[in-house]
Amino acid sequence: MQTIDMATTELREVNATLQAQAALTNQTRWILENPRGSHAVAVGLDAPIEVTVNGSTGYYCAGMNKQATIHVTGSTGPGVAENMMSGTVVIDGDASQYAGATGHGGLLVIKGNASSRCGISMKGIDIVVHGNIGHMSAFMGQKGNLVVLGDAGDALGDSLYEARLFVRGTVKSLGADCVEKEMRPEHLEILRDLLDRAGADARPEDFKRYGSARNLYHFNIDHAGAY
Amino acid sequence: MSTPKTEPRQSWTFSREVNAEIRRAAETGIYDIRGGGAKRRVPHFDDLLFLGASMSRYPLEGYREKCETSVVLGTRFAKKPIELKIPITIAGMSFGALSGHAKEALGRGATLAGTSTTTGDGGMTEEERGHSEKLVYQYLPSRYGMNPDDLRRADAIEIVVGQGAKPGGGGMLLGQKITERVAGMRDLPVGIDQRSACRHPDWTGPDDLEIKILELREITGWEKPIYVKIGGARPYYDTALAVKAGADVVVLDGMQGGTAATQDVFIENVGQPILACIRPAVQALQDLGLHREVQLVVSGGIRSGADVAKALALGADAVAIGTAALIALGDNDPKWEAEYQALGTTTGAYDDWHEGRDPAGITTQDPELMKRLDPVEGGRRLRNYLNVMTLECQTLARACGKSHVHNLEPEDLCALTMEAAAMTQVPLAGTNWWPGKGGF
Repeated sequence: MQTIDMATTELREVNATLQAQAALTNQTRWILENPRGSHAVAVGLDAPIEVTVNGSTGYYCAGMNKQATIHVTGSTGPGVAENMMSGTVVIDGDASQYAGATGHGGLLVIKGNASSRCGISMKGIDIVVHGNIGHMSAFMGQKGNLVVLGDAGDALGDSLYEARLFVRGTVKSLGADCVEKEMRPEHLEILRDLLDRAGADARPEDFKRYGSARNLYHFNIDHAGAY
Repeated sequence: MSTPKTEPRQSWTFSREVNAEIRRAAETGIYDIRGGGAKRRVPHFDDLLFLGASMSRYPLEGYREKCETSVVLGTRFAKKPIELKIPITIAGMSFGALSGHAKEALGRGATLAGTSTTTGDGGMTEEERGHSEKLVYQYLPSRYGMNPDDLRRADAIEIVVGQGAKPGGGGMLLGQKITERVAGMRDLPVGIDQRSACRHPDWTGPDDLEIKILELREITGWEKPIYVKIGGARPYYDTALAVKAGADVVVLDGMQGGTAATQDVFIENVGQPILACIRPAVQALQDLGLHREVQLVVSGGIRSGADVAKALALGADAVAIGTAALIALGDNDPKWEAEYQALGTTTGAYDDWHEGRDPAGITTQDPELMKRLDPVEGGRRLRNYLNVMTLECQTLARACGKSHVHNLEPEDLCALTMEAAAMTQVPLAGTNWWPGKGGF
C-alpha cells in the first residue's frame, strides 16, 4: 500500500507517479490523502491498479481512465471519469455535471446523486447512479448503459443515439427522440449484471427502459419542430 | 417603325441566383447544405500590397542571401514545442469528410515540406499518423474516437472551439459517407446523418477551459503544445480568453475557411473575413505582452505565398491551409469537368462534398472514387505547392529586406481599399492614414 499526501505533493508528481505504474506493477494499491478539491486528480491512468482518493475532488477526476479502479470517498466536481476507456470509478458521494461524459468504456458508479448532463455523449461507458440525475442527462448518448435508481430530471436522453437508459424512479420529461421502450429479457440481464457490479440493491424488474425512437437519424423537414 | 421597348431588367435584389434558391427551397423544403467556405467577395489579402525596399530600406539578394522560414509553435508551456521548416501548416480536416487516401496524401505532402498536418472530427487514422512526421490531434466537441493513446502519440493537441466557416455551429456528416469504418471510429450506426456537437460536453467557458487544458497536460505529461482554435467571431476577446485559459498557440480561422458540410446560410452570414481578424488578435497578444510567446496561426482563404507573407506581416506566426491543400491534391480539377457537369455543377464550383460523390476522389468514402487519388502523387503535389508558396513568401520578404519571414511587419504594407485599411490599420496607399486614425 502506497500513500501520497496531496497536501505536500504537487499534482504533477501525483499523476506522473500513478501514470508510471506498469501493467505488471506489484504496487497495486495507492491512497491519495488530502485531495482538497484538486482538479485532474488520477487522470490518464493505464494500469490495473487500485487508487483510493480520501476526500473530494474538483474537475475531471479519473479523466480518460484505462484499466485502473479509482474510488473517491467524497464527492467529485464536473466531468468525473470523462472519456473513460475501461476500468472502474466509484464515487461514494455526489457527482457534479457531465459525469462520465463521452466515456468509451468501463464502469462509473455514483452512490449519491449526479447533476445535469450525466452521461452526455456517452460512447460505450456504463454508468450506475444510486441516487437521482439532473436535466439533459445522456444528451446525444451513443452507446453504453445509464442506470438510475432514483429519478431523472428534464429532457432525459435528448437526441439519443443507441445508448440504453434504465430508470427506476420518475422521469420529469423525455428529450427529443427519446421514448420508453419494451424491457425484454436481454435488457433485464444487462441491468442485473450492472446492478450487481455496482453494488446496488434493486430489482431489474422495477426499472423502465428508454431509448432512441430513431426519428432524427435522417434529416426530415417534418421533424424540424423537434430541434 | 416599331415603338422602342424598355430593356428587360433583372433585379439586383432578386437576381437569377437568388430566385433559383427560392425555387429550390420551395421545392425541397430544406436549406442548402454544402462544403467549403464563404464564396461572397470579402476584403482579403488582395487588398494589401507590399511597399518593397526603397531609399530608406535595402533588400536582400534573391537566391543568395538567406531568408529563414522556420517557426516554433508551443514555446509557452509545452516541454516539446513543434519545430516547422515553413510557416504554413495543414488545417484540420476529418477522416470521414476526406478519404483515407486524401488524409495520407496530406500527411505525406506536409512531411516532405517539413510542416505539420492536423486530424479532424472522427479521430486519428493510421494512414495519417503513419505518414505525418508532425501531427496535430484535434480535441473536438464530438470527441469521436478520442482516446488517451492517440493523445499521447500526437505531436500537439488542438482544442477546437470554433471554425471560420461556422462559428457557433457544429459539424455534420451525412449518411452517404458514414461507412462501416467511419461509423466504427465514431461509435455510431452505419448510414445515419451524423451531427457533431457545437459545444464541448464537459466545459462551458474560459474558466472551465483552463481546467480542461490542465487535465490534458496532466494526461500527456506537459509535453504537447496545446492549441486553441477559434472561428473569426470576436478575435480580440476570443484570443485573450484562449491565452488566459492557457493556450500555447491560438489558431484563428476566418469565414473563408472551409467546412466539410454545413448550411450555406451559415457559411455566408456568420463570422468575419480573416483580414478583419488578424489585427485584433495580434493586438490582444500585444496587450497581454505575449505576442510571439503565444503563437498565432491564421487560416481562411490562404492561397499563395503573398497571402502567407501578408498574414505574417500583420503579426501571425504561421498560417494553415485547407481548401488550397485539397485543390493541390486535385479537388475541382478541370479534368473531371464532364463528371462535374453530370452532378449539375462545374469545375471550381463543386462544393457538394457531403454527398460523397467527389469525382476527384478526395471528399468521398466510395472505394472506387477513392482510387482516383494516388496518395503518393497527391503528397508530391502538395509538397510542390507548399514549396512554391514558401519561395513566394521569401521573395516578398527579401524585397522588404527581411532575413526571416517573421521580420515582416505592418510597416511593410499599404492598403488598396478603405475597408482593408480600417480592418488592418495599415495606411491607405498614398497616405499615412487609416480610418479611425486622426489626421491625414
